Amino acid sequence: MSGAAWFQFAALIAALLATAPFLGRYMAKVYGDGEKAPGDRFFLPVERAVYRLCRVDPDSEQRWTSYALSLLAFSAVSFLAVYGLQRLQPFLPLNPVDLPAVEPRVAFNVAVSFATNTNWQAYGGESTMSHLTQMLGLTVQNFVSAAAGMAVMAAFLRGLARRRAATLGNFWVDLTRGTLRILLPLSTLVALVLAGCGVIQNLNGHTVVTTLEGAAQTIPGGPAASQVAIKQLGTNGGGFFDMNSAHPFENATALSNFVENWAILVIPLALAFTFGAMVRDRRQGRAVFGIMLAVWAVMSIGTMALEAGGSPRLEALGVDQSAAADQSGGYLEGKEVRFGPAASGLWAASTTGTSNGSVNAMHDSFTPAGGGLAMVHMMFGEVSPGGVGVGLNGLLVMAVLAVFIAGLMVGRTPEYLGKKIRAAEMKLVVLYVLAMPTVLLGFAAASVLLPTALASLNNTGPHGLSEILYGYASTANNNGSAFAGLDSSTTWYTTTMGLAMLVGRFFLIIPVLAIAGSMAAKRPAPATAGTLPTHTPLFAGMVVGVMVIVAGLTFLPALALGPIVEQLSL
Amino acid sequence: MPETQQAAPAAAPPAGPDGPGTRPAGRRTAVDGAMVRRAVADSFRKLHPRVQARNPVVFVVLVGSVLTTVLFVRDLPSATAAQSVFNGLVTAFLWFTVLFANFAEAMAEGRGKAQAAALRGGRAATTARRRTPGGTEEVPATELAVGDVCLVAAGQTVPGDGDVVEGVASVDESAITGESAPVIRESGGDRSAVTGGTRVLSDEIAVRITAPPGRTFLDRMIAMVEGAERKKTPNEVALNILLAGMTAIFLLAVATLQPFAAYSGAEQSVVVLVALLVCLIPTTIGALLSAIGIAGMDRMVQRNVLAMSGRAVEASGDVDTLLLDKTGTVTLGDRQAGDLVPMPGVTDAELAAAALAASRADTTPEGRSIVRYASERHGAGADAGTAAGEPVPFTAETRMSGMDGERVSIRKGAADAVRTWVEGRGGRVPDALDAAVGRISATGGTPLAVASADGDGARVLGVVHLKDVVKPGMRERFAHMRAMGIRTVMITGDNPRTARAIADEAGVDDVLAEARPEDKLALIREEQARGAMVAMTGDGTNDAPALAQADVGVAMNTGTQAAKEAGNMVDLDSDPTKLIEIVGVGKQLLITRGALTTFSIANDVAKYFAIIPAMFSGVLPALDALNIMGLSSANSAILSAVVFNALIIVALIPLSLRGVRMRAGTAAATLRRNLLVYGLGGLIAPFIGIKAIDLVLTALGVS
Repeated sequence: MSGAAWFQFAALIAALLATAPFLGRYMAKVYGDGEKAPGDRFFLPVERAVYRLCRVDPDSEQRWTSYALSLLAFSAVSFLAVYGLQRLQPFLPLNPVDLPAVEPRVAFNVAVSFATNTNWQAYGGESTMSHLTQMLGLTVQNFVSAAAGMAVMAAFLRGLARRRAATLGNFWVDLTRGTLRILLPLSTLVALVLAGCGVIQNLNGHTVVTTLEGAAQTIPGGPAASQVAIKQLGTNGGGFFDMNSAHPFENATALSNFVENWAILVIPLALAFTFGAMVRDRRQGRAVFGIMLAVWAVMSIGTMALEAGGSPRLEALGVDQSAAADQSGGYLEGKEVRFGPAASGLWAASTTGTSNGSVNAMHDSFTPAGGGLAMVHMMFGEVSPGGVGVGLNGLLVMAVLAVFIAGLMVGRTPEYLGKKIRAAEMKLVVLYVLAMPTVLLGFAAASVLLPTALASLNNTGPHGLSEILYGYASTANNNGSAFAGLDSSTTWYTTTMGLAMLVGRFFLIIPVLAIAGSMAAKRPAPATAGTLPTHTPLFAGMVVGVMVIVAGLTFLPALALGPIVEQLSL
Repeated sequence: MPETQQAAPAAAPPAGPDGPGTRPAGRRTAVDGAMVRRAVADSFRKLHPRVQARNPVVFVVLVGSVLTTVLFVRDLPSATAAQSVFNGLVTAFLWFTVLFANFAEAMAEGRGKAQAAALRGGRAATTARRRTPGGTEEVPATELAVGDVCLVAAGQTVPGDGDVVEGVASVDESAITGESAPVIRESGGDRSAVTGGTRVLSDEIAVRITAPPGRTFLDRMIAMVEGAERKKTPNEVALNILLAGMTAIFLLAVATLQPFAAYSGAEQSVVVLVALLVCLIPTTIGALLSAIGIAGMDRMVQRNVLAMSGRAVEASGDVDTLLLDKTGTVTLGDRQAGDLVPMPGVTDAELAAAALAASRADTTPEGRSIVRYASERHGAGADAGTAAGEPVPFTAETRMSGMDGERVSIRKGAADAVRTWVEGRGGRVPDALDAAVGRISATGGTPLAVASADGDGARVLGVVHLKDVVKPGMRERFAHMRAMGIRTVMITGDNPRTARAIADEAGVDDVLAEARPEDKLALIREEQARGAMVAMTGDGTNDAPALAQADVGVAMNTGTQAAKEAGNMVDLDSDPTKLIEIVGVGKQLLITRGALTTFSIANDVAKYFAIIPAMFSGVLPALDALNIMGLSSANSAILSAVVFNALIIVALIPLSLRGVRMRAGTAAATLRRNLLVYGLGGLIAPFIGIKAIDLVLTALGVS
């Protein structure tokens, strides 16, 4: 890895360390119990107006069941809205290039994809969706599906923090406050910065120009900067253009690349501090932050180094693949020369560690091990640092699992934050842990058995298997990034991947809310010298160990036949 | 454990860094040949699917064993010799895995079963003499009803649990407690309970039956040690859910592997897939889980503590607060001479001589402590100048004891009794007596006045100060408790100042002074309200509500029936100090479970490195790079993993029965140590084990 690569990496960490704690504490105020939050003078009247309009009583708290039902109802309506907009776009305004209605199975896949915060794109953005569909359907979902994920997290944290409580807060309030006070201001800021960097923001249709060669070129237009800002901040990842953040109109310069990479990571990381503040033990928050950052850093360095390292076969031929003034070095296929292998590797680790899924390079063209790391990073359950809200949830579930396995070794019934982990919680934890691998491995195995599914493959052999595994890892974890090379617009893939996204979202969120409900009712035991400390580096290491072992043991056989054997065969 | 500790008397069990001491008796039975034979037979009996279905992990292995057996037989005619040997050996070791799991459980049950058989033997058909309006009638003990009154005379067996309503008798309770010294049982008060199956040695008592036949203490005890009513404890249930979940994940991983393998052109035989599955699912902990639980109960029984449920044993590991009665727990039950306060004009030596002379014949612990104290301070012959005389024993009327010599009489006893005695002989009682007595009483001590009378009249010589003495070793034990994060609270009827003084001396964290039974109950509720789990001991009827409220309530066997009903454990030795050991046993149980779970999961890493390259390096040679153990062949690698997986169960049976060694320390320190031993050890051990088995198999030419 070159000095410039290390510099980018260090600068990103510095930018995150400088911003995440403040943002985290601000979000704790937004979701906190009864405290005053900054900006109340401005936001409170707006919120009250929203509540009046929606007939929500902001003071009525919900049990976990009604909280979950509210979320499900909201997601169902979101799905229908996005589906309807796509199907009806020819009859609706803001369709400057007269795009036709989206096919039903693609529309289903897209509606699921955006309502579940996945943003898997079984379509080409500029060539499929009208501006209205993009703005009113997709961009709106970018905000609210992210805010819904954070709402679930807020409920979970309240469940951990409260003692002998029956309720977890109000979903509608959390949704409103998260959107208004966190996502809107931040994305406005980021959109302005990106537009300043040259990311386009207009309502134009296609502009046809004649190039210097005399050929005609169609240049798309649209409100990209505003959508890009929220797609990164809300760990959505759905690009305005098909090429996502590899497209210069979405990601114009090295600076915009840096800002977008920061935006991908900042909220999920900051939520660790929100956690610390909400459970009134900042050490716990710092430990979670440490786990998230450490895993992300290791995966980033690994991917960057692999991509910067170049091909062993070319090395055997004596080709110079090192970075120099006249070449970016490393593995360049599928990467933007503007960004080079390091910035592409760093982005890949960031987008797969969160449930973001936007790309600035094509992961299919990475080294087998580099692409494999991206896959593994998703298979960890996207907790380093994970999607907004849901990532922290996943990490805390892993912490509960680690407490349960190792906590026994201190000679007490395992407890997390003073609350005893019993059979009821373990059942939910097991459900949570089982859901994602079941759909991932199940659908992937079915795909390699089906000739029609295999026909979608661009490659055969281990790389073909990697393409399928990546596709389901991405959808089952609500990531949305694609290992291009797999034609996922077929009926089989749009349907099964749609299902994988639904399971990956709701079969995780509902157990989390149920755990929150059962934890909220508990009376925490006082912390003593006999209690397992959950803020120490040792415990953090244990959580990582449990995460790696659970994912490793589940996916190693499949990975061995995909990226591992491919890399070893180089 | 060193010899010296084994020789330590039962009353003061070793509380060294080993935590709960292991009784020699427990060790002896562990290697009993007959028990092993019975356990082997039971291992086969437990193959019944209904028994197996209770344990999801082992059940999967059983299904796998049946499957590979069928395949082995089916393929026998067509397969090559080498392939048949491989299939046969894998099948055999899968069966061994199931049998070893059964064997572990059977071994754990063995001790309890032997003990239950012994208890049943002692319960041979008893007849009762039931009192009827007209006299008595002989009926079988099994026909007694609650409320019946029976007469039990010397040499007869008490027919059922009950309270003594008439008479006093010495009773041999060795059938229950193993303690041969007889105990006194009398009507009224806290010593009125008798247990069915014990024998009256002297006198005759009338007993009102309080438990219906079949529900007596002895019946419950037999059911308990035998494990007949064993229910899974809350933590065991939670752990079982996790193990079932992990089994499901591995089922998924292995089931989906076949399509991926077929896609890669390396389809696997079902025998190999079953072998992979069995190696991955947590068989080690799955096989040993119930043995660990039974052994934990058994360790309580070995300490002569009967836990009424496994839940109670588990809860004792979670205890945050220990409520300890001062007398008998923190301090010795008896007070001991700690000071001599002479009256004006009397020398120390004079007082010591008189006190010694008055106590020579006194065999009570207090009397002996005076002899010891006076001898230490003034020499064994300090009373040489006082002529020997006739000892005067203590009586309830005089409340004094002493001796009558030819010239001089000496008395010691309660201050007011001595005052009356002195004044009755014309002596004058100095004001200093009241002052000394007041001062001693104020600090919680007991004053004993000493007086003498001779031809010149009677006079008070001074006061012996009897003090509460903290049991030896208690300070260290409380320090250990504190290190483990357990708060100790001493409960006493003394005034706050006295209580604080003793508490400081013993090193307990807190004290509840001038405590009434309802204060105890309130304290427990208060502790529980702040989330703490509370353990306590008790024996009186008025302790019953507190015993019932506490998370761990240990009733003394000498206590009342009400107390024994209310608690969730009964200490047959009636040693309140044992609460500390009980906590240790609970912790040890949970630690053993956690350690073996961690070990079991960590083992899987090595198994992957053995089996994945073995499965695929034939078709995908690049994967041979994962064969870091350098195993000789694919078949040998898979077989070695299966054999290791089976043998590790047997190797860990002793650990699961004995429990993981426990040392006092903070949770963080304990975790670090256990993680190192069982986590890292679990990661490394199978690499070595599988390689070794591979070498042996290769040398034997098996594969």
